[in-house]
Amino acid sequence: MYFFRRILFAIPLLLVISAVAFVLVHLAPGSPFDRERVPASPEIERHLQAAYHLDEPIWKQYLRYLYGLAAHGDFGPSMKYRNHSVNDIIAQGLPVSVTLGALAFSFALGLGLPAGFFAAARRGRWPDYAGSFLAMLAVCVPGLVIAPLLIMGLAVKLQWLPVALWESPPHVILPTLTLGLYFAGQVARLMREGMLNAMQAEFITAARSKGLGENELLFKHAFRIAVLPVVSYAGPMLADLLTGSFIIENIFQIPGIGVFLVNSSLNRDYNMVIGLALLYAILLIGLNLVVDFAYTLLDPRVKYE
Amino acid sequence: MLLSERARRLLFPARFFFLLAAGPGLGGCLRHDPPAEVTIINGAEPESLDPEIITGQPEMRIVEGLFEGLMRLDPETARAIPGLAERYELSPDGKVYTFHLRTNLVWSTGEPIRAEDVVYSWHRALNPDTASEYAGQLYYIKNGEEYNTGKLKDPALVGVRALDDYTVRVELNQPTAFFIDLCAFPTLYVVPRRTIEQYGDAWIKARPLPSSGPFELVDWRLNDKVRVKKNPRYWDAANTRAQLVDFLPITSPSTAFNLYEQGRADVVWDKNLVPAELLDVLMNRPDVHHFDYLGTSFIRFNVTRKPFDDPRVRRALGMAVDRQRLVDKIIRGGEHITTSLVPAGTANYNPVPGLAYNPEAARTLLAEAGFPGGKGFPRFEFLGTTAKLGEDVAVELQQMWRDNLGLNMTLHPLEWKVYLSSEAHLDYDVAGASWIGDYNDAQTFLGMFTSEDGNNQTGWKNPRYDALIHAAGEQADLVARAKIFEEAETLLVRDEAPIVPTYNYKGVNYFNTNRIQGIHPNLLDDHPLRAIHRVSPP
Repeated sequence: MYFFRRILFAIPLLLVISAVAFVLVHLAPGSPFDRERVPASPEIERHLQAAYHLDEPIWKQYLRYLYGLAAHGDFGPSMKYRNHSVNDIIAQGLPVSVTLGALAFSFALGLGLPAGFFAAARRGRWPDYAGSFLAMLAVCVPGLVIAPLLIMGLAVKLQWLPVALWESPPHVILPTLTLGLYFAGQVARLMREGMLNAMQAEFITAARSKGLGENELLFKHAFRIAVLPVVSYAGPMLADLLTGSFIIENIFQIPGIGVFLVNSSLNRDYNMVIGLALLYAILLIGLNLVVDFAYTLLDPRVKYE
Repeated sequence: MLLSERARRLLFPARFFFLLAAGPGLGGCLRHDPPAEVTIINGAEPESLDPEIITGQPEMRIVEGLFEGLMRLDPETARAIPGLAERYELSPDGKVYTFHLRTNLVWSTGEPIRAEDVVYSWHRALNPDTASEYAGQLYYIKNGEEYNTGKLKDPALVGVRALDDYTVRVELNQPTAFFIDLCAFPTLYVVPRRTIEQYGDAWIKARPLPSSGPFELVDWRLNDKVRVKKNPRYWDAANTRAQLVDFLPITSPSTAFNLYEQGRADVVWDKNLVPAELLDVLMNRPDVHHFDYLGTSFIRFNVTRKPFDDPRVRRALGMAVDRQRLVDKIIRGGEHITTSLVPAGTANYNPVPGLAYNPEAARTLLAEAGFPGGKGFPRFEFLGTTAKLGEDVAVELQQMWRDNLGLNMTLHPLEWKVYLSSEAHLDYDVAGASWIGDYNDAQTFLGMFTSEDGNNQTGWKNPRYDALIHAAGEQADLVARAKIFEEAETLLVRDEAPIVPTYNYKGVNYFNTNRIQGIHPNLLDDHPLRAIHRVSPP
């Protein structure tokens, strides 16, 4: 019931997001058809405006947009890529971004969870310091720096991996690493914090005083509570990862939708900006729901009415 | 025992997500096509492949392979040579062209190409519903502008008619020296009527897509690649050299360079794809080719704002620009400096030299205008883009005008679309700008500074200049026409100076001539696909 209500609430939220996005992109100076060379006649620009209904009042454009979306699930035509609709672009790019995002997500969890866990278990000793330092490094050094370094070392110098493009499994490795490292660092840090907090919780002290073995304590009881911050973080993180990354897609020339997230607003590709904003919002809302549901499974204290 | 349990617990989420992603995802998303014969890194993702819609060079370079006009460009000189038309006649008054189509023309799907297809294609380019941004390229045709702007509703009144299956008669408003060049321009290419009528706006996605050019479209995946293969039904297929060509849409210079160095790509043909950090090294490599082409970088003044309404002020600023320093220090691609708008080498014309670097004379002129030593001159802004190169140029100009004239200029870098919009609405003092010729004629440069031209963007209106440009249009004799253009350019770059030209662009591309041939340096930086080929096996 609770989750059903949350889904219902998402609809007005999405309406507000779409309206705000709509107004904001139309308010931005410049138009999709501003170019270095102005057409030979002002009429040409008027034809363009008319072809995309930009000559109508903005409320009418918005209603037209909502109607298209509600009736046909149509995000409208792209104004930059005139042979493509926004649906088309998302359909081509999203699977690629989702694949890469999911790989980076698994990499981040696969590396971050154990790293944070063991760092906490060896608190104050060298594995803790080394792990924390590396995690900090992963968080602080941006992909913009890591990507060229990895390309330089593994692809250009050693020639183990391709420098760019999206063609075969080896092509996937460098982008996954670059994209996932930041999140792996975050996950490790959250996991370590969570473990340290959990180890001090009263129920752990109680369990310990009952004579429970240290390993069982760590894995069976502390872990479930300690992982909760990671779970909350995983929702927005996954939404971020699945919608692609501008920098990674640009450097590795990956045909995802991350590049459009940035370029569409620079290009004033109105429909594309709004479509992607909605897509991102839907993912974020959906994944946060999943997170809350996961809470009920992991922590017996959490109940939603 | 414990270890395995520990491992299992910890690895569970990772394994779960990895399988989730790797299973269906990788299988569905990665596609490894058989390698192409030639792989070209082409710059930005094409906005469209519809000849009548496209406006940019990356698009035109692909579309030039897929469709053809009555004329086509020679790969070496980029001059117009017969394409779908095997010959043409021009009436004595220079206004009526009669084109004779080849009789063996067919679409790549086998249907014949007839004179009616030419008429249809040009009508479509002019049809307001097509919303072609380059429709102006057909305004030279009688009633072309009237039909495009909605003053005339009936396309039959436009001056292009099919006399029979193989003859097209074109009537122009004025003798137009470069009309033959325009017939090789994408907006005037011949497109497949049946497919367009069947699929509407999505026609370019029809497969097979009928093409009139040397190649046909195999695949177009966004931000991934455009793949074309040889069209065996093209009238000149015997001279199409490559079988399978890939275009990769890449905008990151280092990615482009790495792919080239690893041998994954054969040709990189855009100056913007030369990593700026490596420019000095690369310019000396034998596989990096640079050549002159028809593009000029210049400075615009907003003459509707004081003190730039005074030609003396504009000329003084122009004479205080040390172009050589700009090119040697910032641009660094071996560009030639210029004081004229029309680039050297433009057909049938000798550019007029404008205001050379002369700080002494500039100071005198500025004092005459009432600002001795820059005293009393208001602080002004330089409108530019946020691109690194543009900002570097602006900083250099700032210093030149301060050192030479004692002027205070602030930089005003704006995001691309905002920059364009500010320039078009005369919301600036001084701005950086450039122009690249659409065809090889002085008109493409000088025509834009007439009073009503949308690309003028200086607020400069000069009746005498307008009259000269108009007179040049009426003049069929090329020598007399050049004289009139010279007079106009003198007004533009020497006497009135609403703009100050700085340097001419260089075309830059890199490919190894031991592997790839058929790409020639020319003034339009145009490289027809049909001539490009690999010389040794990959």
